[in-house]
Amino acid sequence: MFITAGFAIMFALIVAVGRALWGPTVFDRLLAANSIGTAAILLLAVFGFITDRPEFLDLGITYALLNLVGTLAVLKFIRYGDLGHSGEEGAADT
Amino acid sequence: MTETVLDILSWILLGSGSFFYVVGSIGLLRMPDVFTRMHATSVSDTFGAFLMLVGMMLQVEPSLVTLRLIIIIAIILYTGPVATHALARAARHAGIKPLLDDDTGNDREDAPSK
Amino acid sequence: MRSDTGILFFSLSATLFGFWLALSGHYTSTFITIGAICAILIVAFSVRISVVDEEGHPIHLVFRALTYWPWLIWEIAKSAFDVTRITLDPRLPVSPTMVKINALQRTGLGVSIFANSITLTPGTISVDVVGGEILVHALSKSGAEDLQEGAMNRRVARFEGRS
Repeated sequence: MFITAGFAIMFALIVAVGRALWGPTVFDRLLAANSIGTAAILLLAVFGFITDRPEFLDLGITYALLNLVGTLAVLKFIRYGDLGHSGEEGAADT
Repeated sequence: MTETVLDILSWILLGSGSFFYVVGSIGLLRMPDVFTRMHATSVSDTFGAFLMLVGMMLQVEPSLVTLRLIIIIAIILYTGPVATHALARAARHAGIKPLLDDDTGNDREDAPSK
Repeated sequence: MRSDTGILFFSLSATLFGFWLALSGHYTSTFITIGAICAILIVAFSVRISVVDEEGHPIHLVFRALTYWPWLIWEIAKSAFDVTRITLDPRLPVSPTMVKINALQRTGLGVSIFANSITLTPGTISVDVVGGEILVHALSKSGAEDLQEGAMNRRVARFEGRS
């Protein structure tokens, strides 16, 4: 059953990579990247269960924490072109 | 006896989680624009992932592994909507018009003020 | 305000220390001491840059969350089924709609819980939040109508309580 789950996740991973390559907008690519991150977490967990090595869950936690930071960092970079930007212009135009 | 019941329940959860995961990725392929694709990934990344991780939780006896799975679920459920909201908001501010069902006649929200 | 910070300081340190214990798995006195020191130092730094407040660490909601989360999971399950039906339909009957929802919650924390619950539910995404007004993109018209009917809105307002 874990093998089935692993194949489902890998199918989703392939589709998401396809969407990330195909686009068409940068937000599609980011959405796909975010989805790849979640799939990676689940694949790590499933792999840990298949090989009976629960240490993989720790890697999963790290991926889960980095996923959000990565997405937000790329979004900020797209918007301001600078990761150290204070974002005050953004507050003005909401 | 309870072990068999837990086992069956966990296989059901893992199976349905895989199903929703595949459905989410099919949606990622089929949906027509960015915003609708976000709905599709929300099925897989929220509900599919949740079901799979709960299914894995039922496979082990209560231990640190269970606790770690709970932590992963919590992180996914807390950070997922934040990332999706940030994406949607950034897409709207970048001027991407969501595909709307025009014959609804509801008042279109105004264009981004930039 | 001062006594509040004291309670938050204590509970945030305890939470971080619990996280350390959950991840470490080695229960020798050295590791436990290092973990306790790290937790307290991190909270002390966070207090210094003043990010420790009721919004960042809402302990007053913990008990009510125990009834809210199962309800939210049930809502997620129902709308996941709806989105699945739309996705697998060969005609792909999407009817994307934008609606504005007036949030009934009083605090910023309540509004953000509501907006995150909307986004967490498949089929609806909160696109923008201005004041107490949330702009929602829904995959189908029926999903938007369900949201406008306001069950989740009232539920979150009750969950947030009077604070």
